[in-house]
Amino acid sequence: MIAALNAALAVLVLALAVWTVAARSTFAATVGFVAYGLVLTLVWVQLQGVDIALTEGAIGGGLTGAMLVAAAARLRDTEASARAERPGLALRIAAACVAACVTAALAYAILALPEPAPTLAHLTADNIASTGVANPITAVLIAFRAMDTLLEAIVVLFAMIGVWSLAPDRAWGGRPGQPHHADPDGILAWFARVLPPIGIVVAIYIFWVGADEPGGKFQAATILAAMWMLAVVAGLADAPPVSRTWVRLALVGGAVVFLAVGAAGVVTAGAFLAYPDGYAKLLIKLIEWALLPSIALALALIMAGAPERPER
Amino acid sequence: MTDAATLFGLVAAALVGLGVYALIVDPQPLRKILAFNVIGAGVFVLFGAVAHRGAAAGWGGDPVPQALLITGLVVAFAATALAVAVLLRLHAETGSATLAPEPPPAAGDE
Repeated sequence: MIAALNAALAVLVLALAVWTVAARSTFAATVGFVAYGLVLTLVWVQLQGVDIALTEGAIGGGLTGAMLVAAAARLRDTEASARAERPGLALRIAAACVAACVTAALAYAILALPEPAPTLAHLTADNIASTGVANPITAVLIAFRAMDTLLEAIVVLFAMIGVWSLAPDRAWGGRPGQPHHADPDGILAWFARVLPPIGIVVAIYIFWVGADEPGGKFQAATILAAMWMLAVVAGLADAPPVSRTWVRLALVGGAVVFLAVGAAGVVTAGAFLAYPDGYAKLLIKLIEWALLPSIALALALIMAGAPERPER
Repeated sequence: MTDAATLFGLVAAALVGLGVYALIVDPQPLRKILAFNVIGAGVFVLFGAVAHRGAAAGWGGDPVPQALLITGLVVAFAATALAVAVLLRLHAETGSATLAPEPPPAAGDE
């Protein structure tokens, strides 16, 4: 039964990937990509990665998909001319050969993996008690591999600075994206009023249980960002001008707290990002609380795009 | 249990191949970004399959690669957003979205 489900999932994922790659209209391809991301969440569940399934659904299919759909809609009038640039048969055959070689090499690597599989699960299990959290993913993210998470929080900020720096001079420091207008009595505006309260509660729940169950700040931050974007798209809220001081402070707050806790570890526990005995869970929660609003705001502003409207 | 890891590992290999083909062949920048995300998802699933093989200590997978996957997904989103923003700025400047060396005359003014 499970084998049949897995086989069906595999076929579905491959079919959606083919659609995403081959669909004639780019808009249809991006919609296919959203479906691809959603089916991948089921693959993640089958691979026993529920935390990853939540992240994939929220970010992989959700935010990335919405961003690509919006971009496809804006670029629709350029499609016809771009299609004429399609390369000739020779290049396509060569590309197919390259792609087949890559697939064959990866497939060989998968089939040739060592048995038994190497794992760090035992090491994690032996040391997880010292962190005070029960979800091993959270323990790895904020304790054992905290450096990765710190750099990730900073990468998100860098990406946002990169997006902002693409603003035309006249719009620098202004509001991101184009203004959205929707029928105030339409279905979109209705959803934008009804869904955010539910979404915020769900996000806080996912954030709160993240210490012990699948969930955590990234998934929660993505849901918060999505709820805010929903209100923006429905015209009920507007993105703030990016030059506002509170925006800047809120964005760097998470990374600053993370760095401060990390630096304090040099004094109190003898290493950067080390936590003193007995305070690990407290500090982990502190970092997570600080990162949640920063990441949510950064994701939402990245989604909103470069400033396009001068502040008046 | 190993079956799911092998099956989805092979699916991931096929996804990466599909994405590589589209990345080379499709002339539209947005389709290349899409193809890059198809590749990315394939790489993530491949890594996830390897993580699943490392299931031990009562967990369904090795938590270390699983945590790195979450980091990877967020970084992939950030990179995609940057690429889309560059593309939209190109479109705003030139009125077209092409990677051809000599773009066709823009519809609007500069």
